[in-house]
Amino acid sequence: MQGKAHAYPVDNIDTDRIIAGKYTKTLDFSQLAAHCLEDLDPTFSQKVQAGDLLVAGENFGCGSSREQAPVALKAAGVAAVIARSFARIFYRNAINIGLPVLEVPDHTIQDGDQLSIDFENGIITNLTRQESYAATRLPSVMLKILQAGGLTAYLTEHGDYPSE
Amino acid sequence: MTGFTFVEKVLAQAAGVTQARAGDVLDIRPHRILSHDNTAAIRKLFEQIGVPRIADPERLIITLDHAAPAPTTLHAQNHAEIREWVQLQGIRHFFEVGRGICHQVISEEALVLPAEVILGADSHTTHFGWLGAFGMGIGRSEVAALWATGELWLAVPKTLRIVLNGALPEGVTAKDIALKIIGTLGVDGGAYRAIEFSGTTLARLSLDERPVLPNMMAEFGAMSAYMPPDEVVFDYLRQRTTRPFTPLYPDADATYDETVTFDVSALEPLVALPHQPDNVVPLSEAYGQPIQQAFVGTCTGGRYEDLAMVAQVVRGKRLKARLLVVPASAQVLQRAIATGVLADLLEAGVTLGTAGCGACMGNHMGVPAPHEATISTGSRNFKGRMGTTDAPIYLANPYVVAASAVTGCITHPADLV
Repeated sequence: MQGKAHAYPVDNIDTDRIIAGKYTKTLDFSQLAAHCLEDLDPTFSQKVQAGDLLVAGENFGCGSSREQAPVALKAAGVAAVIARSFARIFYRNAINIGLPVLEVPDHTIQDGDQLSIDFENGIITNLTRQESYAATRLPSVMLKILQAGGLTAYLTEHGDYPSE
Repeated sequence: MTGFTFVEKVLAQAAGVTQARAGDVLDIRPHRILSHDNTAAIRKLFEQIGVPRIADPERLIITLDHAAPAPTTLHAQNHAEIREWVQLQGIRHFFEVGRGICHQVISEEALVLPAEVILGADSHTTHFGWLGAFGMGIGRSEVAALWATGELWLAVPKTLRIVLNGALPEGVTAKDIALKIIGTLGVDGGAYRAIEFSGTTLARLSLDERPVLPNMMAEFGAMSAYMPPDEVVFDYLRQRTTRPFTPLYPDADATYDETVTFDVSALEPLVALPHQPDNVVPLSEAYGQPIQQAFVGTCTGGRYEDLAMVAQVVRGKRLKARLLVVPASAQVLQRAIATGVLADLLEAGVTLGTAGCGACMGNHMGVPAPHEATISTGSRNFKGRMGTTDAPIYLANPYVVAASAVTGCITHPADLV
């Protein structure tokens, strides 16, 4: 996977800022996409292109358990989220809806950098800066869910959770 | 071999294995699976999986509380779809609009007991630690998966032990303890860990105060939070159910990731400034900040004693700011009527909302205008949380929220006397 970074070097971006509670009743993905991250950056939904990558600081996705948070990011075109760390429920929700998330504690990614992601080996290459960074490896159960496109897709296919 | 923490024990039981350690991955069978206004969306995910019936409808609990009563046609349609689903699947533990907030209602109905496991599509499911149970927030897809399979995989977390010693000074509440913990260790201080509370403070906390601590551990990033249940909790439950239970306690020689100790006897009222629950300062540093709205409610701060604390402050006074009171449940409201607390509130000019989550997440019942500040007994002050981006939210205990409503600015209750 290769894409352009939208970097917000901010810690604790909460789920209300990813998608505000007032928009969470809709099942219309284009509505979720239109309001995604608007309280952080009102121009985000116009800027983001399908296949772009979101880069954030520590504890990304803290707050509510709303699964519309990763759904909104995915609907907006975000292909993967890279953060120094993730809030637990958001992390699981993202994998469960088929949005790749990579925990990368150390990196120097800047807004606009071109990145290439090697999921198998957990390596991010910064093509703009000629650098690479290590991502924390996903547990195998999560990798299998992600590869299936999410949890409901996995269960539809297999009927039960992946074994270790 | 060292002993076991509460989560190691409770998750081993729920997985049907003899023992488990932090780091083990288990398939657990929760006793209860909670969802609320998000149930219709979960239904759609469940239907994608292609399993015709819910594995064990008796384990499901569904409440309508997040946008109740429905503020828009869209919300009303959502509720209608949920009622249809409840009928179709024969779900018995269903609570209608007006009954109250899921965590409060489930506690009142004694649907979760000590050593039981509840997984809920609500981050504040950590709440049930007050009963000595394991509560954890999950996402919609996971609830759909639980409906289909009855199980969920999870990794047993490490445990952070929080020891609370001493008696709270007058005018300082469990809310201040929660703010102190989060303010000291940060909103990710409990991330990926379970919390075990202990210490001499716990037994001194009233029944209505206790849930505040595990509830607000959601704002601490914690997976779950536990308080060792005592006779007070057992009595509360025995008045509400005949179902038997056996409480679980951690071993004295359990291995903890970390232990932090707080002496609460010198604690003062605290305020979380916008826009993060760990942006905590002593009340004196927020003093005088103008507010236009005060909100008493939510699963954190809408129980009977919260209302009684507010009544104590506003009794016989007039309010300079709007004061919204949304009881956490219909039973809370009934009790407030019976004791005269509600009359005191209404006399002072309070706006009363339907029992439920109320204004907490910006759906309705108290959305602020841009630049209007709100002080709240709730647990979240994220930017835009109450529905308006440029409307700052302050978090404080019920006494402080009430006093601030009287003066129109952040105020110490002692200054009103």
